[in-house]
Amino acid sequence: MAEFRRTGVLPLGKLEGKVPPRERLLRGPCATIECVEWIPCNPCEEVCPVGAITVGDPITNTPNLDFERCTGCGACVGTCPGLAIFLLDLSGGIARVTVPYELLPVPETGEVVELLSRAGEVLGQGKVTRTRRVGTTWIVTVELPAEQIFEVRAVRVCNG
Amino acid sequence: MRLERHPILEFVRGKRITFTFDGESIEAYEGETIAAALHAAGIRVLSRTRSGAPRGLFCAIGKCSSCLMTVDGIPNVRTCVTPIREGMVVESQRGPGKLNPVFRHRPHEAVCKEAEVVIVGAGPAGLSAAKVLLNHGIRPLVLDENPHLGGQLIKQTHKFFGSRAERAGTRGFSIADELVEEIEGEAEILRQARVLGLYCEDGRRVLAVAHAEKLLLVAAKDLVVATGAQERFLLFPGNHLPGVYGAGAVQTLMNVYGVKPGERALMVGAGNVGLIVSYQLLQAGVEVDAVVEAMPEIGGYHVHAAKIRRLGVPILTSHTVVRALGKERVEGAMIAQIDGKFEPIPGTERELAVDLICLAVGLNPSTRLLEQAGAQMGYVPELGGRVPLHSPLMETTVPGVYVAGDCAGIGEASTAMLEGELAAFSLLAKKRFEVREKIALVQRSLEKLRRGPFGERPRTGKEKVFTLMKEVAVG
Repeated sequence: MAEFRRTGVLPLGKLEGKVPPRERLLRGPCATIECVEWIPCNPCEEVCPVGAITVGDPITNTPNLDFERCTGCGACVGTCPGLAIFLLDLSGGIARVTVPYELLPVPETGEVVELLSRAGEVLGQGKVTRTRRVGTTWIVTVELPAEQIFEVRAVRVCNG
Repeated sequence: MRLERHPILEFVRGKRITFTFDGESIEAYEGETIAAALHAAGIRVLSRTRSGAPRGLFCAIGKCSSCLMTVDGIPNVRTCVTPIREGMVVESQRGPGKLNPVFRHRPHEAVCKEAEVVIVGAGPAGLSAAKVLLNHGIRPLVLDENPHLGGQLIKQTHKFFGSRAERAGTRGFSIADELVEEIEGEAEILRQARVLGLYCEDGRRVLAVAHAEKLLLVAAKDLVVATGAQERFLLFPGNHLPGVYGAGAVQTLMNVYGVKPGERALMVGAGNVGLIVSYQLLQAGVEVDAVVEAMPEIGGYHVHAAKIRRLGVPILTSHTVVRALGKERVEGAMIAQIDGKFEPIPGTERELAVDLICLAVGLNPSTRLLEQAGAQMGYVPELGGRVPLHSPLMETTVPGVYVAGDCAGIGEASTAMLEGELAAFSLLAKKRFEVREKIALVQRSLEKLRRGPFGERPRTGKEKVFTLMKEVAVG
């Protein structure tokens, strides 16, 4: 049995090939899809405006993302039913992560929020740089230390 | 407590009304059920057993009888599916309840009715079947015992998996709205219509239906039974306490009526239902202390587990609830780690200060009507227990009686919708409509959804059912 089936937390090793390389992120935002199981689902493939995501047939394939084609638009982040897609960005010397957000209150731009790991540990605080709605889901972009870009996968409003 | 704001849902409440509970005046909103209105007022003990033990909600969809109360002098009313009305007199019962001596039963004749096709249950399966029939010029009679159509879809706030054909990416409650809109005004729909009996003899199919205080006798040519499922219970001391709720009941309270089911919860079961409802509890502002799962691994999709893990909810595998604490309602839960034989390991007990214990330990198909109709049943654990045998085209051993959705074997809503369509097409094929291509298409979609490791159980289960069905046909 894979360890993440017991813990609910994906180790980085399980995401090999799913994380965009650093050089790509220096050029601007790019999605990362943390979807590793064969489940029947493909809205990410359908919603991608540039055809960067392939699920194909059968529909239980895990999605494959073409990092070079991805424009970091975030359509998939707000669409994925599993809330398993995030945007990473290291351009302009600032590290940012964009996460789907379905709680209240929705943080405001400029607000400082807690940064949470895949296991829910508080890794620090970061400033929200952008919030927007994709369909019925909010997506929130937050600035954070570059070394946390592969760790932070949720935000929590302080005293919320 | 009522929820005023929710990240996904908007609660549109009806007119303010007043009713009495054991003589005490309580305010509620039109459109709420009696049980939801009482819960919103902080009342969890609805009735008592003969020995005085408190009883509360459990399933909240009219299936478990845990919420029976006396309403306007009539005992044993299922308060979870009965809408509250201005001036209603609601009383708790002690034991089975007694008829108010002042209450006079009005005898009346049964109303007789005929229908070409009757659909029992307006969940994803039943509504999908209705739509297909309407598209082919058949106006079905749709019966549902709940005040709302849509079955369990109406409380699903998450976006659905699957492909666009199965409305993937759309939230469950919106799918319910879409399905209802497609048939409303076209099909004949009776809400709060409870099918009490189904009699299939000499090629006749007659349903006895309680509706609007009348008995309807409906003669149907063909029948699609889509009665869904009921939640499993779990044995542990204190499981009778109000505050031990089925996951579906918790969803009904918070997502349909906007009533907070508790302040702090323990979730029992880490299948998809347990994981999804834990996330929904967080969305409703309820803290989730832990999810316990008896198996050594999480049963549901990793992505659902990841959503609650990153918000700090621990998932404890090889753990279970040992007992509920409290006298009149849940005031805590004792959990413990369990060994390979599912026995609690001494010294690992831990107390959680929760007021809600939510059970998400599986579902059983609701098959009573089918058994009554004489449909042959089979025990298929992969599908949730006893299921009606049926062909790959969803016909049972009673000719003209079709099944779809959870009552034909536990699955999820996307497959229920497809099975509903399949049952309808199959029925149409018997009426000599040319639908062979449609049938092949739906069967291919079903097969796609049942691929992969998570599709193995339903896939194996259905194969068993079809094999048993063949044996019956041969024998």
